[in-house]
Amino acid sequence: MKLLDSAREGLRRDRVFDFMLPPPNFSEDLDTRHGPILYVEDVSVSFDGFRALNNLTLYINDGELRCIIGPNGAGKTTMMDVITGRTRPDSGSVWFGQNIDLLRLSEHQIAQGGIGRKFQKPTVFEHLSVFENLELAMASDKRVWPNLWFRLTGEQRDRIDEILQLVRLTDHARRRAGALSHGQKQWLEIGMLLMQNPRVLLVDEPVAGMTFEETERTAELLTSLAGRHSVIVVEHDMAFVRSIARTVTVLHQGSVLAEGSMDAVQNDPRVIEVYLGE
Amino acid sequence: MLLQRLLSHDRGGQILLVLLLAVMVLVPVLNLAVPADSPFHLSTTTVTLLGKYLCYALLALALDLIWGYCGILSLGHAAFFGLGGYAMGMYLMRQIGDRGVYGNAELPDFMVFLNWQELPWYWLGFDQFWFAALMVVLVPGLLAGIFGYLAFRSRVTGVYLSIITQALTVALMLAFELNSMGFGGTNGLTDFKEILGAPITADSTRVALCVASALMLALAYLLCRAIVTSRYGRIVLALRDAESRTRFCGYKVEHFKLWLFVFSAVLAAIAGALYVPQVGIINPGEFKPLNSIELVVWVAVGGRATLYGAVAGAFSVNYAKTWLTSVYPEAWLFALGALFVLVTLFLPKGLVGVVATLRQARADGSLQRNWQRLASRFGVPTKGEQP
Repeated sequence: MKLLDSAREGLRRDRVFDFMLPPPNFSEDLDTRHGPILYVEDVSVSFDGFRALNNLTLYINDGELRCIIGPNGAGKTTMMDVITGRTRPDSGSVWFGQNIDLLRLSEHQIAQGGIGRKFQKPTVFEHLSVFENLELAMASDKRVWPNLWFRLTGEQRDRIDEILQLVRLTDHARRRAGALSHGQKQWLEIGMLLMQNPRVLLVDEPVAGMTFEETERTAELLTSLAGRHSVIVVEHDMAFVRSIARTVTVLHQGSVLAEGSMDAVQNDPRVIEVYLGE
Repeated sequence: MLLQRLLSHDRGGQILLVLLLAVMVLVPVLNLAVPADSPFHLSTTTVTLLGKYLCYALLALALDLIWGYCGILSLGHAAFFGLGGYAMGMYLMRQIGDRGVYGNAELPDFMVFLNWQELPWYWLGFDQFWFAALMVVLVPGLLAGIFGYLAFRSRVTGVYLSIITQALTVALMLAFELNSMGFGGTNGLTDFKEILGAPITADSTRVALCVASALMLALAYLLCRAIVTSRYGRIVLALRDAESRTRFCGYKVEHFKLWLFVFSAVLAAIAGALYVPQVGIINPGEFKPLNSIELVVWVAVGGRATLYGAVAGAFSVNYAKTWLTSVYPEAWLFALGALFVLVTLFLPKGLVGVVATLRQARADGSLQRNWQRLASRFGVPTKGEQP
């Protein structure tokens, strides 16, 4: 029966298959006139019966810095997976601006289109130098053939130097990325995101394993990025969240529990219950 | 200019190319110009053996490109080597003409023996060298393309990918063993007479094939080097270490893997095509899983992700094999197994790694200190020692 249904679905004539559609032109199609740059609506995801996301609805405004907190298993990482195309939701819709449907794009298209993602565990290319890491992340033609003949232009070199300065790795440019400290790797990864010229930055636990001073500098960096980019930060460190947050969203069991300023959220009885237990 | 750019910071590659150039010059001179009774004469057997090793080295280079740089451990590279060999073998079969045992100009001997009446369609065109050469590249390239497309698109990686590549070569072996396939069954294709009009056993042909193999290896080395030093090469290296990071940088990882896999398969096929006229036979034994595993051992012994290391590994392991199988034939498989275990345990970077460590030790003086310590323990006087 299921086979028949899927066959019927495939033969429907009132729709166009995803692969037939032209890829969206991100710079032209991206429309944020109504405010939000990211519309996550009624998204549900389940893994083997476990509902990781449960009718999650979330709007992120253009240029906003948003913190997302929640206990373990609240669906924070799954939400990022859905936005970046790694996981396809069972139902719901995700739009980038008003007219780009992210659910029919693949990971690399979404990344090229301007949604950058930093992983929970710092992930850099350990065998390449810091400079080369940034060079690979740079927004450029990402197809196979042009990359065989690629030569760095002066302008691109300047851009890399600029980012190196911003993430304070200028002195380490020639070092192997694998030899950097944990905090430096986190910074390099943020630098790599910035090389992609993203409109939205998804940052998963940016200060995990950082010293107090590094944490402070990261807070500074992220707040300075907001405005030009929309930044979504998932973090456990409450002090850090308090230091950067304007709006905080609390996730619990796959849906939004509370949203508002840090103070409002912290005094919300439901949030207290979830965090402190019954 | 281009050569300089490719080979700067690549001492191993420079040495390799000089050696290959020496082979290209010295082999013809020592075999053809030096009289047979001179001590400097290079026998034709040695020339053929050298040519065979050069083909193995090319195959090892192909594997190193995808295993060392891209992390795809293919346990089926012998499949592409074999297919390239078969395409060349089919051309050589057609060149036999009516000089076969049955004297049938239309059909190869094994088809006459099977009582076939006409040439199967897939043998058509193989009497032309250019067509066979095209097929050497096209058939394995296409197979690698389809196989790779399906495997990489489904994101099959690691040990699962290794297993299905192994399955691929086993499947080909079983298929080629069938008489009804029309590739000579378990006997394969042999009894070749001439290649491009030159008698295949003549000294000059052997020398030409050896030189062609050396030339091809040099060319392939430069091509591989051009690939790994390009931005494409850095992306491939990046996806080996952190595939999802590469994906989230906006690269369509599957395509990068696929093209490298196809290129590597084509190199392996060319190696096979050069190999067959030199050994004079191609049969389904070339598809044996063991061959692919031996190939992995060559690369592991030489040192991964250096390219020249793969060449060094292919030469040293095959030399050891030639020597050991003539002195003590039963021991070879045990030696191969032991070699693999020892290299993985103690020399993760292979011979190239050993050389690099020694150079490093010599540069900072620790080699000399260790040597003196060792020498003084056994009471051997050394130069720098004070009584």
